[in-house]
Amino acid sequence: MKTYAKPPAKEWDHDASTTARAGADPLLEVRHVAKRFGGREVLRDISLDVASGEFLTILGESGSGKTTLLRLIAGFEQPSNGEIWMSGERLDTQPPYRRRVNTVFQSYALFPHLTVAENVAYGMRVQGVPRAEIPPRVAEALAMVKMSASAETPPARLSGGMQQRVALARALVNRPKLLLLDEPLSALDANLRRQMQTELKALQREIGITFLFVTHDQDEAMALSDRIALLRAGALEQIASPREIYNSPTSAYTAQFIGQTNLLTAQVSGGTARAGCLLWPCAAPEGPATFSLRPEHIRLVDGASGGNPASCRFRAKLENQTFCGSTDMLEIVSPDGQHLRVRVPSRGILEDEVDLEFSAKDCVRLRDAGSS
Amino acid sequence: MSAAAPQPRTKAGGLGIYAAAVFAFLYFPIVVLVIYSFNGAGVGGFPPRNLTLEWYRILFSDRAIWDAVLNSVIVALAAVMIALSLGLPAALALDRVSFPGKALFRRLVLLPLILPGIITGLSLLMFVRYTGQKLSLLTVILGHGTALISVATTELFAGLQKMDRAQEEASLDLGANYWQTFWRVTLPNLSLPLAAAGLLIFTLSMDEIAVTFFLIGRDNTLPLEIWGRLRRGMTPEINAISTLIFIFSVALILFWYHLRTRGQSSAEPLLAAEPESFQGKLR
Repeated sequence: MKTYAKPPAKEWDHDASTTARAGADPLLEVRHVAKRFGGREVLRDISLDVASGEFLTILGESGSGKTTLLRLIAGFEQPSNGEIWMSGERLDTQPPYRRRVNTVFQSYALFPHLTVAENVAYGMRVQGVPRAEIPPRVAEALAMVKMSASAETPPARLSGGMQQRVALARALVNRPKLLLLDEPLSALDANLRRQMQTELKALQREIGITFLFVTHDQDEAMALSDRIALLRAGALEQIASPREIYNSPTSAYTAQFIGQTNLLTAQVSGGTARAGCLLWPCAAPEGPATFSLRPEHIRLVDGASGGNPASCRFRAKLENQTFCGSTDMLEIVSPDGQHLRVRVPSRGILEDEVDLEFSAKDCVRLRDAGSS
Repeated sequence: MSAAAPQPRTKAGGLGIYAAAVFAFLYFPIVVLVIYSFNGAGVGGFPPRNLTLEWYRILFSDRAIWDAVLNSVIVALAAVMIALSLGLPAALALDRVSFPGKALFRRLVLLPLILPGIITGLSLLMFVRYTGQKLSLLTVILGHGTALISVATTELFAGLQKMDRAQEEASLDLGANYWQTFWRVTLPNLSLPLAAAGLLIFTLSMDEIAVTFFLIGRDNTLPLEIWGRLRRGMTPEINAISTLIFIFSVALILFWYHLRTRGQSSAEPLLAAEPESFQGKLR
């Protein structure tokens, strides 16, 4: 049984605008955590902080270890190395039922032998919350996820989206400090999924509980998160806000995983980067380097010459033009044979030869570049 | 019978006759047994004459038979309790704990299913003699209970394998300790396999002869009572009790089948009324 004092009711009306603040005490600290199953290394030296009230997404391909990290925090697995702390207390040595952490499972994991209301009341029942207090809190939680009408229904009769809401209410009613969500939207169809994303984000703002969200869907991560932690094969690739991770990826992997990009393999010398026939001013250290250039940062221009000195103009052959509604995706080949993708506001059918331009500032130098 | 059923339609003619023959071979003796329980002219003679309920009247006033039925029910219920309460921990261990010698343990648990009843019975008898116990219904109960643990273990293990483990994790996550999780989530999820295993063990125990034969004391179970009477000559009273057993068994099998199909066709567990009334009957 949990022994913590009941949090003040005010916690529900927590100020909405909280985001990750540098310098604020982190709610959760993951320190050098590693996890091995048998000889297989699933997580390698993961360190990250989660600020109170933050919406942090752990993003990664399947097999990247993101769910394992979540299960370590929930307490279903033990780390092979490292420590996990929450609010200044060691978390990883505690059994799952003593952690002020609740989970929304990918399969929802509702109890089929209990009604919706009994499912939501479960946590309070087993923790010995006074009986009189339970029904109003269940009603409040069900109202919050708009499921009041189904309180007496067995969960098997509900649709996936409705079960999802019940699972959310069942977790949130316990007023956890941290809510873990394991790909909670992956079983829903596209429309419902978008709607639930909006609601989830609004809910998180409203109640101010810290969310740790696991997904493999980069669009979902971008839309919801204050920060994204990108996992790659069990290691932390980059952790930053959606804007930062999109605009300043540190590695080719991040640049390609979050959105689409062109990778330019260049040689920097004398303040100029040269990738084949493409030249642009560059302050990076001398030597080989790889740059990321987003498709939307390449523009169509009139005429192959001119333009300002901080940009690069070139003429290229158009191989393919795909209409995507508001934009067109162009596949082009530069005179020296580099294939690039370009996204431009949609217009009519283009000619076979096009003139293009990009600014030097949009070429982002990547860490794991060139020679390494 | 199941061999004949799923064949393609083209060969239906020959196979139909074959299937009918197999069914006749299986069920004709039972039909004869039932008919002769109403035969006024005793067990012999064809066709049956003077149809009567006399044998059932005699049966219902036969104290010895009903004492034997009571003994059998006591033994079966006790065997169900023993087998389930020992089989559940064994199934849990097989499902979720990894320990040295697990593969061996698994085979040893299943051994009584494969061993001939004579071996099991004889070894239990030697054990009872060794400990200096007197043979009685108690020894029969212990014999049935231990021999049928394997049935309980396999049925409950299958049930555990089908269970969604995330439910137990959800329970722990919501603040229930392991003990609370077992009582509030694991056990309710197992109500169906528990009921099914209970029914199966009950029926197996009710008609067990081999093990019982070695361990029986002065109080006969029903199969041994019938066996004893047959040695003194057949009367249609035996047909009558056999007919009642047959009806009872079919009812149990239908009920068991009903539980099974319900468990498979919907994610919903049993509604509260049925397993409770059934478990009430067991206790």
